[in-house]
Amino acid sequence: MVSEKDVQHIAELADVGVSSGELGTFTHQFNEILAYFDQLDTVKGDPAATRDLYNIMREDVIEPSLPQEEVLGNAPAQEDGFIKAPRVM
Amino acid sequence: MAERSISFAPEDRYNAFLTICSKPSHGDGKLAGVAVAVKDNISTRGIETTCASRILKGYVPPYDAHVVDLLRKSGAAIAGKTNMDEFGMGTTTENSAFGPTLNPCDTGRVPGGSSGGSAAAVAAGMVRMALGTDTGGSIRCPAAFCGITGLKPSYGRVSRYGLIAYANSLEQIGPMGKTVTDVSTLMGIIAGHDRHDSTSHNKPYTHTPKADIKGLKIGLPAEYFGKGVDPAVAGVVRKAIGRLEELGATTVPCSIPSMEYALAAYYVTCTCEASSNLARFDGVRYGPAADTKRSWHDSYQEVRRAGFGAEVRRRIMLGTFALTSGYYGKYYAKAQVARENVRKDFLRIFADVDVIAGPTMPTIAFKLGEKSDPLSMYLADILTVPANLAGIPAISVPCGKADGMPVGLQIMGRHFEDERVVDVAYAYEQAVA
Repeated sequence: MVSEKDVQHIAELADVGVSSGELGTFTHQFNEILAYFDQLDTVKGDPAATRDLYNIMREDVIEPSLPQEEVLGNAPAQEDGFIKAPRVM
Repeated sequence: MAERSISFAPEDRYNAFLTICSKPSHGDGKLAGVAVAVKDNISTRGIETTCASRILKGYVPPYDAHVVDLLRKSGAAIAGKTNMDEFGMGTTTENSAFGPTLNPCDTGRVPGGSSGGSAAAVAAGMVRMALGTDTGGSIRCPAAFCGITGLKPSYGRVSRYGLIAYANSLEQIGPMGKTVTDVSTLMGIIAGHDRHDSTSHNKPYTHTPKADIKGLKIGLPAEYFGKGVDPAVAGVVRKAIGRLEELGATTVPCSIPSMEYALAAYYVTCTCEASSNLARFDGVRYGPAADTKRSWHDSYQEVRRAGFGAEVRRRIMLGTFALTSGYYGKYYAKAQVARENVRKDFLRIFADVDVIAGPTMPTIAFKLGEKSDPLSMYLADILTVPANLAGIPAISVPCGKADGMPVGLQIMGRHFEDERVVDVAYAYEQAVA
């Protein structure tokens, strides 16, 4: 069972933001879904082995890229050709 | 190449489109001038691409997905972007931030999801063909509910470059159309190797459907006709399989015991992958502006709370939880064991049969608003997720009606034997035409 406090904590880890009004509903649904997932406890067998394709690499050479203007076209906040992000510290 | 354009002005009574391109240009080629609709999670250069989410409202991709590039080179006209469950997370297209799509067969019912807009656009005759994506049934479910044909290709056969990722290890872009021939034609355009997708195989599709299925051996899994499957739906599908027997196919009973765990394995896997994939939506490089004056944590929480719908946040949180240290072994690791068991079951059955057949969905299309709690919605995917877990091809072809609504016959095949499932669907379609 997870509590409302647990769900609040997960929401913070995932940066999704949960309002106090939603917390009860999310917690209830979480417990229903996790109870369903619990059946996996009894599964028997081996994990999948790597198959077919493995580590697809390419040579480290410079290739044509999109113009800076187009790449930055969707960024809501920019300065001198850079994308502005919120404070980290 | 001659640049021409077509006029595209359908009356969209079903909210199938999020964006309509009224005068799309096109070149020469196999699909010259054919209007093709594209699901809104597939990047289209210069055309808004939202994944039916507020968090991508206004986002205009600077590049085309590989499949869109191939479509343009085939002469197709990109007619617009279709509605869907937000980021592909849903089975009804009700989880769109821009309102649900209605089922053209009965507007009181859902079209299925998550590629519900593509299915409705084809079913209503607005376009001849459309692209959808299928992570756990998102092409086949709406194809079944709307009475059209849809193919989930073998994993690795169609490039995912430019598909806005939800659950990479499960999803494929695939063709949807009114006829098996149209689906096969569109598959021929989009399949093949792409060096931008490291899971892409060099398996082009150059097939023309053949209706001869004499001697074909069809497996009928008990799980596809038993508990949880509406007897009326199972009856329609059994009758359709009877037609395949009349055409010279033989049937054998079989069983997929790993299906007991398939749905849990699917939802653990897709939510874990989603929690990682959707971390990129933070209002910095695209989407609604993050407040750069606040700390990143506060700013991202606010942007993502306002930008994502409830189901998307629920799945991100479930995935985040399942990957937390201490729970990883209980959920994700176990889900991968269950997934491998599904793959092994299919390998075992395919040693003896050529294809596996059953219903695409356990019921007909739900009424709008009928599935209100998440778990009961998830359970509806039970017959479609096994093909995604195993990476095998699966097609849904209309096979009659139950309670006046379309029913889909699902044909699954060996990995990279997409041609064979297309042939079986074609044989059925031609026999009942």
